[in-house]
Amino acid sequence: MPTKIRIMPTLLFKDFGLVKGIGFDSWRRVGSAVQAIKVYNMRQVDELVFLDITATPDRRPPDFDTVDELADECFMPLTVGGGVRSVADVQRLLQVGADKVAINTAASENPQLIQQAAQLFGSQCVVVSIDARRHEDGSYEVCTHSGTRATGKTPVALAKEVEALGAGEILLTPICRDGTMEGYDIELTRSVSEAVSIPVIASGGAGSYEDMAQVLSEGKVTAVAAASIFHFTQQTPMGAKHYLAGRGFKVRL
Amino acid sequence: MNTAAIINHGLCNIDSIARAVEECGGSPLITDQPHDLEKANRIILPGVGAFPDAMGRLREQSLDEAMQEQVVGKGIPFLGICLGMQLLGTKSWEMGETAGLGWIEGEVGRIEPYLEDTRVPHIGWNEVCFTDEQPLFKGINSGQDFYFVHSYHLCPRDEGNVSARTPYGRGIVSAVQREQIFGVQFHPEKSQRAGFQVLKNFMSL
Repeated sequence: MPTKIRIMPTLLFKDFGLVKGIGFDSWRRVGSAVQAIKVYNMRQVDELVFLDITATPDRRPPDFDTVDELADECFMPLTVGGGVRSVADVQRLLQVGADKVAINTAASENPQLIQQAAQLFGSQCVVVSIDARRHEDGSYEVCTHSGTRATGKTPVALAKEVEALGAGEILLTPICRDGTMEGYDIELTRSVSEAVSIPVIASGGAGSYEDMAQVLSEGKVTAVAAASIFHFTQQTPMGAKHYLAGRGFKVRL
Repeated sequence: MNTAAIINHGLCNIDSIARAVEECGGSPLITDQPHDLEKANRIILPGVGAFPDAMGRLREQSLDEAMQEQVVGKGIPFLGICLGMQLLGTKSWEMGETAGLGWIEGEVGRIEPYLEDTRVPHIGWNEVCFTDEQPLFKGINSGQDFYFVHSYHLCPRDEGNVSARTPYGRGIVSAVQREQIFGVQFHPEKSQRAGFQVLKNFMSL
């Protein structure tokens, strides 16, 4: 039997607070991270993703002190990403309270990092975050540096490569869907999920509970991440789970 | 108040376990010093990471001997979490063969996919099922969801050491017990109310 469906709110951190944008741009402030975590604690959220989106473009390491403060408040599984470039970064994030570490740019630039981290800390805590841009001809290309640099590689190829190196999970975000609330990219999600045997988290584009139901069934995943829907609408992770339970999905209530 | 020594073998997140122990009315003592174990009346062995590395670190710092003395010698209650539960076994096959603490007879192997929807690692919330009354699960119903994140699992040789199972792959043992030695494959410190209940039960044994 598979696990329960996971609904994972994503918190994007920029400078000193949380933001949410559209297409990896047009950032809006959406409040304090500690406040958000306290609310999600009360609501018994399945799991949380926290991404520092300016660390890599600004060429700085993860903000370990901030993660430490947030993790102390966080009584649910926490995945942390942004600016992770070395085994030492992974180790420090785990030590300050991350349960899993998401690696994005470095997974393309230095794939050996995935292998080293998996050997030292176990595959289960190594998440590779893949941002993909859809071209007009329908093909997809992996982009790094918060979506600003094209790599020439397809998401399926990168997913298989990092799985072989020991990655334990993939967080998959189509850049063009991000923040649009127009629904997940089913085609991309399904192609990556079917190419690997590690769990894949669908991200980017959730605007309704029905969007989640669609990517869970047609995209072949058991976890969905979402941000705008929880920041800008009245919809909640618990609301999503009740809806999905009614649709026959296994959820934790 | 009971004091729980939380073994710090340098690879994992100790803070959230320490915070959870506090929330459950215990006093956490994070340590990598063997002699500190004498100051505690509970020992928690957390674990993220690979088996050979974690076992190597315990040996290097003589923590294995100190734990042996306190837990097997003096009967102090012990809780292994995730890799900490696997380390209780006789040996593991993660990245070659490595001997474990050997307090519970059994081997650690990779989760075997059963149907195509069994993905490894096993990540997420899943049911923990038990039939008899279990001291660690007092106040919790069988079938309650807990949070898992692992690729390997311990298969105890003696059915008597199995206290709970979880339906994943061909089935995994999610909790073990031998006298006052306990192990859980899930993360109580990340499993919210039910997880805290497990820690409370352990702290008030």
